[in-house]
Amino acid sequence: MTESKQPIIQIRNVSKRFGKVTAVDNVSLDIIAGEFFVLLGPSGCGKTTLLRMIAGFELPTEGQILIDGQDMSLIPPNKRPVNMVFQSYAVFPHMSVADNVAYGLKIAGVGRGEREDRVRESLELVKLSGYEDRMPDQMSGGQRQRVALARSLVMRPKVLLLDEPLSALDAKLRAQMQFELSDLQDQVGITFVTVTHDQDEALSMASRIAVINKGEVAQLAGPSDLYEYPANRFVADFVGAVNIFEGQLILDEPNRAAVNCPGVGKVYLNHGVTGAHGSDVWVAIRPEKIYLHTPGAGKAIKGAAKDSPEGHNFARGVIKGMSYLGDCTIFEITLEGGALIRVRRPNLSRTDQEAFTWDDKVSMHWDSNSPVVLLG
Amino acid sequence: MALFGKSRRAPLEYTKTLWMRSWVTAVMLFLYIPLFILMAFSFNDSKRNVVWRGFTTKYYEKAWENTQLWDAMINSLTIAGIATVVSLVLGALTAVMLWRFRFPLKGIVDGTMSLPIIVPEICLGVAMLVFFSWIGWPSDLVWPFNMGAIIIAHITFCFPFVTMVVRSRLASLNREQEEAAKDLGASEWQTFRDILIPHIKPALIAGALLSFTLSLDDFVITFFTSTPGTDTFPVLVYSLVKRGITPDINAASTILIILTVVLTAVALKLQGVKSIAGAH
Repeated sequence: MTESKQPIIQIRNVSKRFGKVTAVDNVSLDIIAGEFFVLLGPSGCGKTTLLRMIAGFELPTEGQILIDGQDMSLIPPNKRPVNMVFQSYAVFPHMSVADNVAYGLKIAGVGRGEREDRVRESLELVKLSGYEDRMPDQMSGGQRQRVALARSLVMRPKVLLLDEPLSALDAKLRAQMQFELSDLQDQVGITFVTVTHDQDEALSMASRIAVINKGEVAQLAGPSDLYEYPANRFVADFVGAVNIFEGQLILDEPNRAAVNCPGVGKVYLNHGVTGAHGSDVWVAIRPEKIYLHTPGAGKAIKGAAKDSPEGHNFARGVIKGMSYLGDCTIFEITLEGGALIRVRRPNLSRTDQEAFTWDDKVSMHWDSNSPVVLLG
Repeated sequence: MALFGKSRRAPLEYTKTLWMRSWVTAVMLFLYIPLFILMAFSFNDSKRNVVWRGFTTKYYEKAWENTQLWDAMINSLTIAGIATVVSLVLGALTAVMLWRFRFPLKGIVDGTMSLPIIVPEICLGVAMLVFFSWIGWPSDLVWPFNMGAIIIAHITFCFPFVTMVVRSRLASLNREQEEAAKDLGASEWQTFRDILIPHIKPALIAGALLSFTLSLDDFVITFFTSTPGTDTFPVLVYSLVKRGITPDINAASTILIILTVVLTAVALKLQGVKSIAGAH
């Protein structure tokens, strides 16, 4: 697989400024051939600008973009070996589905016979066979998106760019399309580069994710690394839900560390961190990694002790808020120290969710490999 | 409804009320009675054309044989045709320019665009007269070049209407469509041809209809820019009416009305009424 490790897109020190606003700030990224790459970030972070620069609709103020080793600085969008699926799908309303899909081939001068074959093949790929003569205004949003997909795929681009491809679909369809897009990418083997602000979308589809914040890459990693090992507070907070506490590093050895967090207490880790003793750090704990117990039974203490005999990751508090989501319940708990912590508890049995309610005193513990220490 | 003794009517169904229906009827009558009278009296068997004296079609024959009317009609149609084509191109390109580009003094260009619509026709007419005599526009050219001044004047007040209609249509174009076309390999020109033109087509048809009818029935500006031998239909009718209204003018006018209605109907049919309405 050495061949597929070749970067198909190289973004080198690219910046984009609109007047005084810096949309993209000195970004360097390599996108590898055949991967499903996602640019994830909040709205206005510059991710769409980056995508549009790859497509050629914006020119970098500084830096260079190479596609398949070729500098794209002077290549207009209609000459680039990439195709884009637009957020609005931009299906041509005055053309039938078949004409929409055939448009690029017609421009490229592909003969009628081959054109028809490729249009049929492409519509089959997106499961729209039989819709050739439909007009776009007779189709649903999901179907129009498939037309846009087919229209791009028929060109056999080296890279397919997708701008918020699922944002206009309803929740059920979105979940289905997440699977279909992944399957499709597997089938055609084309590199996909997707822009999204939806972390679920990113986590479920991507092979690698670049989290973008204020025009810079905050972290570049695979989905599970991104979730379990966020590099900084922004990523921890943006990808998934998280409890973040400020504290001082009071112990740092190769196989254990501890952080004193005002309002929470001491948080113990079973691995070392690289930070100066006494320095200000942040501790991130995912809500689903905290176990909730009724107090007094000693379960929490036992659980904590079993996990890390050196120091117990243990806390007590009072339930201040509850949000029942069906598959789980989110509790907002005020700790004895005063800090607020969120706990996500799966509803494992049908009656289980009644066990805790507002103003109940609870105790909790978490494993010593659950907290993540963030330096920035 | 039985309680109130009224027929079932939803709150916003005003068209079902009696007063609304009478009002609409009154407006329609007000608009169209003069036209119907004009048409009816073209069949009146009387020279004076004031009292109804029986049905005849002889004034249609008379109008048919009247070369003066024919010449004027051909002049009018020629002017309207050329003015429409030029206004369409000029107006559409102006609209695209104002929509797409940012350039210095754009606000002023934008404002001056609507001047020919706002300025009273009489002022525009006089201005044209002064302008053409000042530059020494030749008045002894062969047909149809002797109508050059009129055509130029007509284009001046027609093309802003085209620009207006096309611009409002352009506002609804999703620019991602243009980008999508380019993304699929289309050049600037191919994008213009395949995306922009189809999108503004209803506005082009509406604009053409507007220009054609505006030019066809313009009197004031034509009057000031016409030279001997370039009388258009409205100008000729005016000079004839000064000598008394004869039914052959009614006959010719009736034909013009029918022609306009048929042309409009054909255009609407070709394009579909919906998309014309969508242009406004």
